Amino acid sequence: MKQKTHISFTLNGEATEIAFAPHKTLLEVLREDLALTGTKHGCELGECGTCTILVDGRAILSCLMLGLDAEGHEVKTIEGMAQGAELHPLQHTFADLGAAQCGYCSPGFLLVAEELLQKKPNPTRSEIQEALSGNLCRCTGYIKIYEAVELAAARMRGEEMELPRESVYGLE
Amino acid sequence: MAWNKPSIDSLKVVGKPFRKVDARAKCVGQTKFADDIVLPRMLLCKMLRSHLPHALIKSVDVSKALALPGVIAIITGKDLPIPYGILPVSQDEHALCIDKVRFIGDPVAAVAAIDEDVAFDAMNLIEVEYQPLNTISSIEEAVMIDEPRIHDYGDEGNIHKKVSLEFGDVEQGFAEADLVREDTFFYEGNTHLPMEQHAAVGHYDADKKLTLWSSTQTPHYVHRALTKVLELAASHIRVIATPNGGGFGGKSDPFNHEVVVCKLAMITGRPVKVTLTREEVFYCHRGRHPVLMKVKTGVKKDGAITGMHFQSFLDGGAYGSYGVASTFYTGALQTVTYDVPRYKFQGLRAFTNKPPCGPKRGHGTPQPRYALEVHLDKIAEALRLDPAEMRRAHLVEPNSTTANYLRIGSMGLGTCIDKVVKGSDWKNRFSGWNQTNRKLPAGKGIGIACSSYICGAGLPIYWNNMPQSGVQLRLDRQGGVCVMCGSIDIGQGSDSILAYIVAEVLGIDPFDIRVVTADTDLTPVDLGSYSSRVTLMTGNAAIQAAERARELLVVAVAEKLGVPIENLALAERRVFDVENPEVGVSFAEATVLAESKFGTIGTVGSYSPPRSPGKYKGAGVGPSPAYSYSAAVAEVDVDPETGIVVVERIWIAHDVGKSINPMLVMGQVEGSVYMGLGEILMEEMTYRRNRNVVHKFPSMLEYKSPTTMEMCDIKTYLVEDPDPNGPYGAKEVGQGPLLPVPPAVANAVYDAVGVRIDEVPITPEKVLRALKDKSRGREPRYGPDSVPTVEWPEALRVLTPAEGGDGREMPRVAVHS
Repeated sequence: MKQKTHISFTLNGEATEIAFAPHKTLLEVLREDLALTGTKHGCELGECGTCTILVDGRAILSCLMLGLDAEGHEVKTIEGMAQGAELHPLQHTFADLGAAQCGYCSPGFLLVAEELLQKKPNPTRSEIQEALSGNLCRCTGYIKIYEAVELAAARMRGEEMELPRESVYGLE
Repeated sequence: MAWNKPSIDSLKVVGKPFRKVDARAKCVGQTKFADDIVLPRMLLCKMLRSHLPHALIKSVDVSKALALPGVIAIITGKDLPIPYGILPVSQDEHALCIDKVRFIGDPVAAVAAIDEDVAFDAMNLIEVEYQPLNTISSIEEAVMIDEPRIHDYGDEGNIHKKVSLEFGDVEQGFAEADLVREDTFFYEGNTHLPMEQHAAVGHYDADKKLTLWSSTQTPHYVHRALTKVLELAASHIRVIATPNGGGFGGKSDPFNHEVVVCKLAMITGRPVKVTLTREEVFYCHRGRHPVLMKVKTGVKKDGAITGMHFQSFLDGGAYGSYGVASTFYTGALQTVTYDVPRYKFQGLRAFTNKPPCGPKRGHGTPQPRYALEVHLDKIAEALRLDPAEMRRAHLVEPNSTTANYLRIGSMGLGTCIDKVVKGSDWKNRFSGWNQTNRKLPAGKGIGIACSSYICGAGLPIYWNNMPQSGVQLRLDRQGGVCVMCGSIDIGQGSDSILAYIVAEVLGIDPFDIRVVTADTDLTPVDLGSYSSRVTLMTGNAAIQAAERARELLVVAVAEKLGVPIENLALAERRVFDVENPEVGVSFAEATVLAESKFGTIGTVGSYSPPRSPGKYKGAGVGPSPAYSYSAAVAEVDVDPETGIVVVERIWIAHDVGKSINPMLVMGQVEGSVYMGLGEILMEEMTYRRNRNVVHKFPSMLEYKSPTTMEMCDIKTYLVEDPDPNGPYGAKEVGQGPLLPVPPAVANAVYDAVGVRIDEVPITPEKVLRALKDKSRGREPRYGPDSVPTVEWPEALRVLTPAEGGDGREMPRVAVHS
């Protein structure tokens, strides 16, 4: 029989212990052993960014990290992004702008964007593009994602920012 | 029944940028995709795939694999002997190959085991003895080499299908022309690359009823295929399409892995899940056909087209898939943008030993659209006409019938062209075919292209007289409304469209409504998310169901309040007298009154497209209730040292008829532009021909697609020219806006550096080659020079409407020369 390994870490703010086969990636441990299926996968080879989570506040590809290496660290997945029933401002703006079309890449984009706004509360469009460049989205053309990050950033800075009309209705 | 339909201006929900009904779930990780499903005692499946592109299967020995602890069942081709396929005319697939493999990736055996690792190890213990066969790797080889045949059906040798149609006398059209031009083009194949890998779970329950959860765009067609292959009554099979993590056409066929998990579930009595690896997704493919094209057009001095002859050669890959339809689509929509009075189309689809091609966003039309729009640009240059003005001057008429009998309704292309010409400051930036007197700096250029797309295929995939879309509505006595429809949300927002439209008719909030979709046990049939049919067809069905429910509500409320029925309006969750708005009841009270009077309240609505005037053989592809229109201008920066093309900005205008939700329409336009940009600049499915047609790069890293760093700026204009066949006038938006992007970029590259790249994608290597040729005084062009010589069948001739035709083919007459 396989011998399971056992780790303790902080998962979405809660102390967590879990046993799993030692060769498993953190992606597999989260999805298969902890039933947190909000973290998605698109390649399992570190190519698409879909499985991004935050480890100690840094965006990490969970398909390239062994579950074992999570020992003692703080891990945040999409399930831990909202505060209770209150969505994170990024989750609100992604929903409001249709930045999540099929929604499959959205957890990864949301967490990368959260890290970005932690570091840079007022990012330029090109800083947003660079920060998100490791994540592929096939639905949106990224435009609504940029706009959602910009709108959330403004709201998190406490600014009243109306959405540009042309983002929703197009140009006159 | 008479009631005051609200005017378009007084709409409360339609036309407003509401959130999607599933937006929150998608942003908090709650949406359950197929691979997120876990059932008790569930087994995991892996499929052994051929490593040879073309071979006979001599033997399959699973004994070692079966002996591995943890392996529960293994099946091979003999367990699933019945063939299937999406089209009735090409039932050429087996879930597991029986006597022959036809491409690298064709599955041979499937394992169900207690976990994926065991299944993987077992897969590697299966012993298959193959006898390799010579391969067919290209259109040219398929045309020249008859043996060995990849399939034992099809028009001849390795040619799957040949078609030849002529509407009016095209030679007469060329004779009347001031200029006749001929060009050849090649559009390389590419793939959908949905972020979600295909996944499916099969479950055979204690009552011997089968359930399949799958990331499919066409649950109804999968249901039919399972019924056939598994020999179960349709009533004992339930197909639930899970939300698709991207589709783009790539999840529209019934797939071998879907059949396999069902069969394994039936054998083992346990749920079985399969999730494809990314490499396997590349082998599933069904993506854009590589198409070689020749187009010959006659024009008058002002650019008016007098006749057109279009030839297309499709590399179909190893199976039929949607290929016969794809072939017709490469010739069907040339006539719906500009007036083409006489038109001839010849199409050929080849079988090759590569993953099968099928429908990808724009299904069979981006390739000819690219060819046509670059060809027209060359004609405009030859005539020294402004390419925007030339297109604008010869648009197809609204409410007209084309030479090939496609009925045009609303047509907003003129407005689309005006928007992008003005927005891009075209007149002050286009070189005017004069490279020595350029308005933009060297290396920068601007190009225009237009297009059109269907809003739903006029005919279903299998012949029947039933509706293409059904909606069922249930109102409960506490005001709850549940809308049920077989449509499947692939990210485009089809669930939300149902909620918006029902909310509009019933005067409630879209978030009051529960939407149940894509479950063959619970929802009436909708044919699926393909051919840009969903908003138009489910929307019309939803309006009918909701209006029938509205009628029951107002009759009951009118009786209660003693108010004439025609005075009642539904808005803001109330049913009230428009003359005395304070007189009324809440929506919930109205449902109680209606249920008290009529019994349980449930209504249905359905939609069937209008009959097409075309009656000739082949007239089934192209007709649609309406056509959307798009125009795009691309601005590029070409580096002559590296050949790298940077697309800086695209202005796009799309005639969507009416936006049910403009925010979602914007998203579809932007996503289409993105996908068109990927196709023109980098995406390609290519194979090592010298190494037995091995896929060059079945991975996301090496199959290049645009990241945020390559994505261009987009300026979008939504044009609303309502079509009488659309719900509230709405037309499609999911596919059409992709079409003008590749040719607009190609035309802009020519404006920038004076070279024609007549082959998609426009890679730096091709640009450099063409620039080199230009500097040596050769033709400044990269692209194919010819098409294969083919004996075409005698063209089926149809008189055009202008010639007094009735839509039927003319009797064939023996011609003696």
